[in-house]
Amino acid sequence: MSNPLEDMEKPDVIFCIGTNMTECHPVAATRLKRAIANGAKLITADPRRIALAELADVYLPLRVGSDVSLLLAMAHVIHREGLTNQGFVEGRTTEAEAFLEHIEKFTPEWAETITEVPAADIERAAILYGKAERGAIYYTLGITEHICGVDNVQSLCNLALMTGNIGREGTGVNPMRGQNNIQGAGDAGALPNNYPGFQSVLDPAYQKKFEAVYGRKVDLELGPTKVRALEACGDGIHAMMINGENTVVTDPERHHCEEALKSLDLLVVIDLFLTETAQLADVVLPATAWGETDGVQTNTERRVQRLRKAVEPPGEAMPDWWIVSQIARRMGTPGFGFESAKDVFNELCELSPLYAGLDWDRIDRGEYHWPVPHKDHPGTPILHQGTFENGRGIFKLIRYRDPAEVISDEFPVWLTTGRRLPNYHTRTQTGRAAGIDYLAPGERLEIHPEDVVDWGLEDGGWAKMTSSRGCMMVRVEANARSPRGTVFTSFSFNDAPVNVLTGGGYDPVTDTAELKVCPVRVERP
Amino acid sequence: MSTNGTGPTIVLDGEKVAYNPGETVYEAATRHGKDIPTLCYDPRLEPFGGCRLCVVEVEGARAPVASCTAQCRAGMEVRTRSARVEVHRRTLMEMLVSENREVDVDELTSLASQEMTELVDRYEARTGRFRGRQSGASRPDDPNPFIMRDYDNCISCYRCVRVCAEQEGDYAISVKGRGFDTQITVEFDGHLKESACTFCGQCVQTCPTGALGDLKALAYRDVAGETKKTRTVCPYCGVGCAVDLLTRGNTLIGVQPAMDGPANKGALCVKGQFAFDFVQHPDRLAHPLVRGEDGELHQAGWDEALDRAAEGFLRVRERYGRHAVYGVASGRAPHEAAYTMQKFIRGGFGTNHIDNCSRA
Repeated sequence: MSNPLEDMEKPDVIFCIGTNMTECHPVAATRLKRAIANGAKLITADPRRIALAELADVYLPLRVGSDVSLLLAMAHVIHREGLTNQGFVEGRTTEAEAFLEHIEKFTPEWAETITEVPAADIERAAILYGKAERGAIYYTLGITEHICGVDNVQSLCNLALMTGNIGREGTGVNPMRGQNNIQGAGDAGALPNNYPGFQSVLDPAYQKKFEAVYGRKVDLELGPTKVRALEACGDGIHAMMINGENTVVTDPERHHCEEALKSLDLLVVIDLFLTETAQLADVVLPATAWGETDGVQTNTERRVQRLRKAVEPPGEAMPDWWIVSQIARRMGTPGFGFESAKDVFNELCELSPLYAGLDWDRIDRGEYHWPVPHKDHPGTPILHQGTFENGRGIFKLIRYRDPAEVISDEFPVWLTTGRRLPNYHTRTQTGRAAGIDYLAPGERLEIHPEDVVDWGLEDGGWAKMTSSRGCMMVRVEANARSPRGTVFTSFSFNDAPVNVLTGGGYDPVTDTAELKVCPVRVERP
Repeated sequence: MSTNGTGPTIVLDGEKVAYNPGETVYEAATRHGKDIPTLCYDPRLEPFGGCRLCVVEVEGARAPVASCTAQCRAGMEVRTRSARVEVHRRTLMEMLVSENREVDVDELTSLASQEMTELVDRYEARTGRFRGRQSGASRPDDPNPFIMRDYDNCISCYRCVRVCAEQEGDYAISVKGRGFDTQITVEFDGHLKESACTFCGQCVQTCPTGALGDLKALAYRDVAGETKKTRTVCPYCGVGCAVDLLTRGNTLIGVQPAMDGPANKGALCVKGQFAFDFVQHPDRLAHPLVRGEDGELHQAGWDEALDRAAEGFLRVRERYGRHAVYGVASGRAPHEAAYTMQKFIRGGFGTNHIDNCSRA
């Protein structure tokens, strides 16, 4: 997030797009609800009539995957209505002229033909955000899990740049990170394009820096993303170590994924449970869980916080860092003499400019937001204040593209996927917590009540759902949250493996799978 | 802190002290170290003035006033511990004792569950002076596995109603009846699951009498040992709510929200509040496993398993080259896991063949 969580109570206009925050980030959503109770206006764009849609002043029920056209049209209206923040655009951005010319043709009437949202509602939303004193954008995977995920994010940045809603309290472009330490995994350098601290692997200066510390040559080239690595299993990639991810259930194209992992000479899995993925491994190594180990995690607002051990782990389970270090030592790799989590974290702090002012003891109370460039620095709750890191904010000329697959006579229904409040991911944790089953006993395919009737289905009965990749059985829930012609399911239940169906395409920049859009056929089995 | 002579002041128990504009008498008094009893007060909520325990004497006022709702005024003379208000407080506590089925509730019931018990003891209010009638109607019929609804111990402080509305924005909890028949309930007087309740547990944690209780923690009440609290951060979404883990010996028995948690200020959701016990599920892996010649996974010692992994990576590197190895780090494990994973790949193989699970 560009702004801290406490800023969520400060905007006068809130724009939520592709985020089912009340279910996926419930505590953050309470802040938005308080802002709304205090008079803030809410714009919600989401294909499903989620709780944030019910709270909205303007609700934009866009067709799945049509976000870019909506956002282009909003930019068009903002500029047409003279709501562009000229001072900010001139003082802090670049490529504005080309952008403002680019958006001229993308009228709300044009966007209506793609999004199926009435042009007048697009205008209302654009004018509301355009007139905001403090306009803040919040988004989640509904923006990124598309073949145009990067385009979606840049379209949101364009809106913030043209209205000057960035770098100030109560504004910003704010992704809500979905996993407890997904931000931290990137911070720590577990990325094919960046060393720790987002230092590019393509920069020879960083290459030199890390070669000196790690004591060996490192490629001056990007590694493949996980998606590409899975594709290359058995043909280029022959050994894999997977830590705490149930790849088989979370990743698209499940059958392909299983075959890929089976084709490896060596699969090492470090996890808490014998997950569907661990069952395919040659070596399974038991890790300590939350509550059993000391460590650090970074939340969605870049706040660096300590995790503390409260109980002993079962049997011989050991911390992840110890396990990895032991394998490295046995291979003769230098630099793995760590004796504690503190040792590991402090090495990260020494190598990451974002953490340069931090160390294990300084984050004891969790008050720092990175970047913290030196020991006397108070941290950075709000990014881009006064200036952007790379100079000026760059407008990007984005064009709408259809999803990788669109509905057809054979697959006439849009399937979109996500999470529900009680369950988390593939239920490796919540499925083993007493009581959660009372709230969510099994998977349900949410279908508009009229579609349930039209398609010859019954509420609570079974449906067969088929995409071009596979087929699954799932129970039907008649639910008006789903619009006509669009159905929803979570990816939490292994016995309703929606990733057998998904996987039509990937964002060309990030390789993020288009898990939010999948044309399917839904029928009585 | 005394006045420095510039800002407005009140006279607090005979001492002239500064207050901040807009501050209530209760806020100013507690800031200046006064210990005023409350039961309906939660600093996160709008002042309510329901329990009347925080009454103080104000010079010139006919009756004692509730300090949580009274705003400071310049020159106001306030007495927080006069004999008159202490008698008033003790009488109130005696009446509350007479009304509730139990006064002593298990400490695992919730974060605030001991507030009433402590005040009963402080005011020595177990006198039996009043023969009370019980006003609650408990709901043992509600089958939900998280929230105990034992309204026989309810004192109608409305903290649950207010936290659900003001903090959560869910408005699931409501009130029926008037006066002595006032009853905390939910829409249509039904079960929580059929209401707007999201099972965040905030009502439980703010309940000062044990009328609402954390059933998951209470299930561990027979585990021996002293209850210890360890501050950590929730393992679920990216909001990073601070929590206190409750343990007895080596058993994790519950979670309580950290009121001073920098990201959550005491708020939690159903997962952070109640979904902690996966940690001690019997499915947890307790020993390394290695695939044998029979194709099955077998328990192994650490040395055998680590050697098998290390030798396997070395063999693949030798046979196919250093670009044949790939690492996937976790978005769930701490930094130290991700950092060592990327160092394992970069330092061991000289490649950037490392990613985490953020793309799916």
